[in-house]
Amino acid sequence: MSGRVLVGVKRVIDYAVKIRVKPDRTGVVTDGVKHSMNPFCEIAVEEAVKLKEKKLVKEVVAVSCGPQQVQETIRTALAMGADRGIHVEVSGKDYETLGPLQVSKIFAALAKKEQADLIILGKQAIDDDCNQTGQMTAALLDWPQGTFASEVSFEADKLKVVREIDGGLETIKINLPAVVTADLRLNTPRYATLPNIMKAKKKKIANVKPADLGVDVCSRLEVLKVDEPPQRQAGVKVETVEDLVGKLKEAGRV
Amino acid sequence: MAAVRALARGVRLGSNSIGRNRSLIFNSVQRRGIAACIDPSIGLTDEQKEFQKVAFDFAANEMAPHMAEWDLKEIFPVEAMRKAAQLGFGGIYVNPDVGGSGLSRLDTSIIFEALSTGCVSTTAYISIHNMCAWMIDTFGNNEQREKFCPDLCSMQKFASYCLTEPGSGSDAASLLTSAKLQGDHYILNGSKAFISGGGDTDVYVVMCRTGGKGPKGISCLVLEKGTPGLSFGKKEKKVGWNSQPTRAVIFEDCAVPVTNRLGAEGEGFTIAMKGLNGGRINIASCSLGAAHASVLLARDHMCVRKQFGEALSNSQFLQFKLAEMATKLVASRLLVRQAAVALQEGRPDAVSLCSMAKLFVTDECFSICNQALQIHGGYGYLKDYAVQQYVRDIRVHQILEGTNEVMRMIIARSLLTES
Repeated sequence: MSGRVLVGVKRVIDYAVKIRVKPDRTGVVTDGVKHSMNPFCEIAVEEAVKLKEKKLVKEVVAVSCGPQQVQETIRTALAMGADRGIHVEVSGKDYETLGPLQVSKIFAALAKKEQADLIILGKQAIDDDCNQTGQMTAALLDWPQGTFASEVSFEADKLKVVREIDGGLETIKINLPAVVTADLRLNTPRYATLPNIMKAKKKKIANVKPADLGVDVCSRLEVLKVDEPPQRQAGVKVETVEDLVGKLKEAGRV
Repeated sequence: MAAVRALARGVRLGSNSIGRNRSLIFNSVQRRGIAACIDPSIGLTDEQKEFQKVAFDFAANEMAPHMAEWDLKEIFPVEAMRKAAQLGFGGIYVNPDVGGSGLSRLDTSIIFEALSTGCVSTTAYISIHNMCAWMIDTFGNNEQREKFCPDLCSMQKFASYCLTEPGSGSDAASLLTSAKLQGDHYILNGSKAFISGGGDTDVYVVMCRTGGKGPKGISCLVLEKGTPGLSFGKKEKKVGWNSQPTRAVIFEDCAVPVTNRLGAEGEGFTIAMKGLNGGRINIASCSLGAAHASVLLARDHMCVRKQFGEALSNSQFLQFKLAEMATKLVASRLLVRQAAVALQEGRPDAVSLCSMAKLFVTDECFSICNQALQIHGGYGYLKDYAVQQYVRDIRVHQILEGTNEVMRMIIARSLLTES
């Protein structure tokens, strides 16, 4: 047991920004737009740091895939308490098409290389809402997964995870090493303190290329078109119930 | 951190009705200023952006939701300030060896600007507290630093700066509070006026007269609440700055040990003025935060409010108004940040630049907030809308820490006494 936790952090468009679709309909505008750490990734980092403070794990490694700018996101994780960072360099076209399959391959390779015992990811990213990376990573490693975690604890040498599911809460016990994805109520991420932000400057971020990990980042998906959601149309007022039923039948809704 | 809390609260951003929930109005403003040309993070280093992010998040989550209540009920938000202190905001430019964060004046300005968007009054008090902690850190000996600074940096104890008296405001050097040496104590007699935090704070940094007339007869003493002979006047009723109590501080044969004197006898005025240089940058930074928040509020209102068949944002006059407000905001920000850099580098023009920054920025930012209120029309006058609180809170910035008239005196003197 190395006691090492890998935490994935994704740099996404800040949740408060009004998203605009690019005029050529190939994606959304990202140039000059405020970016920050995916909120679920913040929760993942917080959980990892909490485990380290409880001395249940020894080292927290923050990992991000992308161009130079993702180093900001890794630094935020370091300021929250992660020990070191790994920046997997992916840029240009590769970055635009980077998706859960490629990222999970990268994480699987890193988990083996770093001999990690635990991978904690956010349950999904707020830009693509895929909710796939954690699950795919576990599958590639053939590790158990505890997704949508609202509570994580160690019991003997197993991990007890309380999961938020449609029917309520499900409690499972899984063997380590494992993958956990963080849901909203797992914790409330701490503010970085000023001293920790300054200490983060001295923490190391290693640079790695996907090729070094033997991962092919070529995407199997092609984005055909990106559109705004349809504008809300004005409604129509009707006088009687019969009119309403008539209109619904006309529109093929009934 | 801010994102998670907002998601958890289920706040719907971008909703488009005038009668929207106040928490929406607050939250949209503190979200790290999303409006490219007035973005306060332009030109900052990565580390400064991190500091700013923490301050904005803290302002949005811990201060903005309570800003109106603190103002209405005149609550001194001890718990919220202690939370801020845990993040390092209690002694931002105080040495780390006594619990401070050891950051630069520019870092400090950035932090106060961001915090101020959450509550000007509370941030202004935090800046006064920081100024006092710095004075003890810089001019105190090791015993004094170790005795007072750690508690101040953690905000276990709160501080007040006591210079102004009923008879000496702008003419600070004519202060009358006397400190007569008797054995190993000074006996203080006199009173101070308009002391921020007075009565609720624990540590008082007091400028008093130990020698003859004028500035050279003034020394700086530190005393604690509970010292016999130290009492307070009634809590003043103010137009703004209501989250900090303001009281007269009264000394009646109040004995303070000589070991509580910062620096030598006669150095008090210099210490007070050096404290104020930084204090002026901090107060100007607080004005900046309010102005920034007000510009965003005005812009949002203009996009939503319709008159004469179209949104206010289609009115060229209002577009120009908004542009002028934004321009003044950015100009102010640049001046404050330059002054902060000059101070931290110890440049000879630092004092004048700090005075210029305080003068220009407090005036311009008040004008910006006032314009923002006007743009809100009748709604701007209602306490349901935050813009009126920004206006009321920053009005006093043109008066305290040296009136803007005194700032002109300082600048004129520096221009006219050059040889």
